[in-house]
Amino acid sequence: MPRPGLVLDVDRSTPPILFHHGENFRLERLPVGRSRVIYPAEPIEGIEDVDGAIEHALDHPLGESAPLRDLLTPGMKLTIAFDDISLPLPPMRRPDLRQRVIEAVLDRAAQAGVDDVHLIAALALHRRMTEDELRHAVGDRVYDAFAPQGALYNHDAEDPDNLAYLGTTDKGEEIEINKRAAESDLIVYVNINLVAMDGGWKSTATGLASYRSLRHHHNVRTMQHSRSFMDRHSSELHHSNWRMGKVLTDAGVKVFQIETTLNNDTFGDSGPLSTLQKREWEWNAKDRATFLGMKAGLDRMPTKAARKIFQSWRAPYGLTSVQAGEVEAVHEVTTANVYEQQLVRVEGQTDILTFGLPYICPYNVNSIMNPILVMCLGLGYFFNLYKGRPLVREGGVLILSHPTPWEFHPVHHPSYIDFFEQVLSETTDPIEIEQRYEKDFAEDEWYRHLYRTSNAYHGVHPFYMWYWGAHALQHLGQVIIVGGDTRAVRRLGFKPASTLQDALEMASDTVGPEPTITHVKNPPILMADVT
Amino acid sequence: MKAVQFSRKPAKYAAGLVAGSIRPGSGAKYGPLSLRDIDPPDLPGDGWHRFRPRLAGICGSDLATIDGKSSRYFEPIVAFPFVPGHEVVGDLDDRSRAVLIPVLSCATRAIDPPCAGCAAGAINRCERIAFGHLEPGLQSGFCEDTGGGWSTGMVAHDSQLLTIGDDVSDEAAVMIEPTACAAHAAAQVDEDLVVVIGAGTLGLLTIAALDDATEVIATARYPEQRRLATELGAGRVVEPGELDRTVRSRTGSLRFGSQLTGGAPMVIDCVGSEESLSQALRVVAPGGEILVVGMPATTTLDLTGLWHREVAIRGCYAYDRSDFDRAVQLVTDLDLGRLVTATYSLADYTDAIAHAATAGPRGAVKIAFDLRTEKEREHL
Repeated sequence: MPRPGLVLDVDRSTPPILFHHGENFRLERLPVGRSRVIYPAEPIEGIEDVDGAIEHALDHPLGESAPLRDLLTPGMKLTIAFDDISLPLPPMRRPDLRQRVIEAVLDRAAQAGVDDVHLIAALALHRRMTEDELRHAVGDRVYDAFAPQGALYNHDAEDPDNLAYLGTTDKGEEIEINKRAAESDLIVYVNINLVAMDGGWKSTATGLASYRSLRHHHNVRTMQHSRSFMDRHSSELHHSNWRMGKVLTDAGVKVFQIETTLNNDTFGDSGPLSTLQKREWEWNAKDRATFLGMKAGLDRMPTKAARKIFQSWRAPYGLTSVQAGEVEAVHEVTTANVYEQQLVRVEGQTDILTFGLPYICPYNVNSIMNPILVMCLGLGYFFNLYKGRPLVREGGVLILSHPTPWEFHPVHHPSYIDFFEQVLSETTDPIEIEQRYEKDFAEDEWYRHLYRTSNAYHGVHPFYMWYWGAHALQHLGQVIIVGGDTRAVRRLGFKPASTLQDALEMASDTVGPEPTITHVKNPPILMADVT
Repeated sequence: MKAVQFSRKPAKYAAGLVAGSIRPGSGAKYGPLSLRDIDPPDLPGDGWHRFRPRLAGICGSDLATIDGKSSRYFEPIVAFPFVPGHEVVGDLDDRSRAVLIPVLSCATRAIDPPCAGCAAGAINRCERIAFGHLEPGLQSGFCEDTGGGWSTGMVAHDSQLLTIGDDVSDEAAVMIEPTACAAHAAAQVDEDLVVVIGAGTLGLLTIAALDDATEVIATARYPEQRRLATELGAGRVVEPGELDRTVRSRTGSLRFGSQLTGGAPMVIDCVGSEESLSQALRVVAPGGEILVVGMPATTTLDLTGLWHREVAIRGCYAYDRSDFDRAVQLVTDLDLGRLVTATYSLADYTDAIAHAATAGPRGAVKIAFDLRTEKEREHL
């Protein structure tokens, strides 16, 4: 029986705590008597018969939906959309769940005589997936059967000939999505729900949308009113997507949603990385030796080599649930299953919140975690992994540990470079950034060209990264990054510190002496239910 | 009198070149420059006056000469040994103060009728700089007969003297000559968007001289340069490595390879190096113009883009008399005397030149010699 998540009060016997630090780690001692560490639950047992579970979900849909086989008819137009490279994190071992689900859907389509099938990576304004990445997601068999015919491809949010405008919500939000998907008799959406933010109407209304549509919820106001965006019912981001879902339904777009949840078996139970999944006081001699050896090696290794090693890691996740059918009914169950694995009950807020940021976030798979992504991961994703209220009190301090290199992937993140150089050098205020700069970047022909023909994130994407942290920026009194490139950290508007002890001292200017400290041990992913 | 003198000594010149390549400015220590007691220059004729420098600036062209990086182009138009220093404010015998206009035009050489350039008032285009009754020399400070500002005494012609009032400090006055260069460059600009490459003295002064209505994107390598460039009117100041991306964004350009498809209609290169000129070629718009204000030397450039995109490169040397009027106004209005960061005595000339050669990283702009306290000055 896996053990649930845990809140550990730090006392004299507590060993140093492992902090993720990009492509490396730090061992940190937290002040005794006023610090606590939140540990994730152990991985829930994965489903053994994955294919059987998928078959069952397709045949026993939730909500007002017929089984998939009853929705498939000869001559129909079928579009299978699937989550892109940003999910899951790290990528999973082969076979990817998307492959297994898509193969099951295609089997049924073939049995039903459906031969007009397109597969679309629902990447919104993310970078196009490479052939290798698509093969990893859907498998070689599916790729070879569809890609050469032009029936498996990346969504293009800037292709005016292949977008369909479907109307507006009652709040004036425009809905424009992939034309092929909109004009299909059925969209089957294949999701991997890593965190509670994913899935639901966000899959179609965001994943297949254009900038014209996305700008209505990917903006500062929405993010500042999403408390948090990991809690759908308190998230304006999700309210907007749900409103758009209604417009899609009213416009006759039929979606058969397939959502999957994973356990948090990120680093496995063998090999050097398995130590990262253990609680420090339970490390045995072998774990200690393994960790010290790994750390010594990483300390000496060039960042590029370390990055290559980490980026090649494929997680051995187990499938914990798969459900299919009507979007909202499916997503309710999915969210409950995500929470079952990730939610840890925490009493009360803290003065100082600390995160050790790992090497990966949704937007640097096979790439570089640039400073903007450090901000997004820390203040966007990790900060928002709460229900109820933020782990840190209003006016409190967030301390992140990450090398924060002044380094960008030139192919993946060209507009990030310009955003960092030209926008953040002027202001870090999300509202000012949105008002003064977003339009120019979003409509920049060069970024559009790179998004459509290369493997670049859309010109507006770095803005969304910054907006993702807008709620945290509004809430926090100070942000400090330990061990980061000082120039890059300052450009972000944060304060650099060499050590955690220095950071804690600097934080006392904001939160006073003897503050309470909470460290969240993530990954494996956890979400705090703060009472 | 005391003077820092540059001699024609090939071995020393080679040593200065090597030293200057290793550490900028160290050509002063190992090259053909030395502090000497020499006779004051004779008055070359009518209209010439004794001129006792008060402050004399160190210019980029001086540094290039000292570190052996100047082009051999100059050999026929300088006369050795010479005393450098062409940014000079000094005293005349009647105790009035004047700023030197160092160009040695037809008027200074008693050439009558003057050449076409001088006749038109464009003394910077004088065709007789190696002729007449003076030794060759494009400016005072490069001519044996006139002496130069890095000394306690030199000579200056009527046409070279711009009298200044008591309201102009020596520090402000010594900035007038380089500001006149900048004013001359700014007068060539008729575009809404200009890129200025380099934020040394010349770059900063050019930014200051440009019309307020002109949008300026400037490069600056060091924090103090960035601060000053912004203060003097640049709308956007970026590090050199960021320029291509900034111009691309600003002009909505695309790229092929490292070349922008569009770009800025005018680029003012205040550095004049191979690197800066190459960058200028990358960011200038098709049909645009590169104005070379910083003194270049022998340079290797790929001019394919220049040909393909019909780009013009035009030199921009010195000034005419009217540029000095504008310069005085700029120096006064913008308090440009504050750009004089440090002054040195002649005895400390190697330190002074080392400081000037590393001004950017040391947060400095203009380094000058202060001759006001040189004892022998009063006896000349």
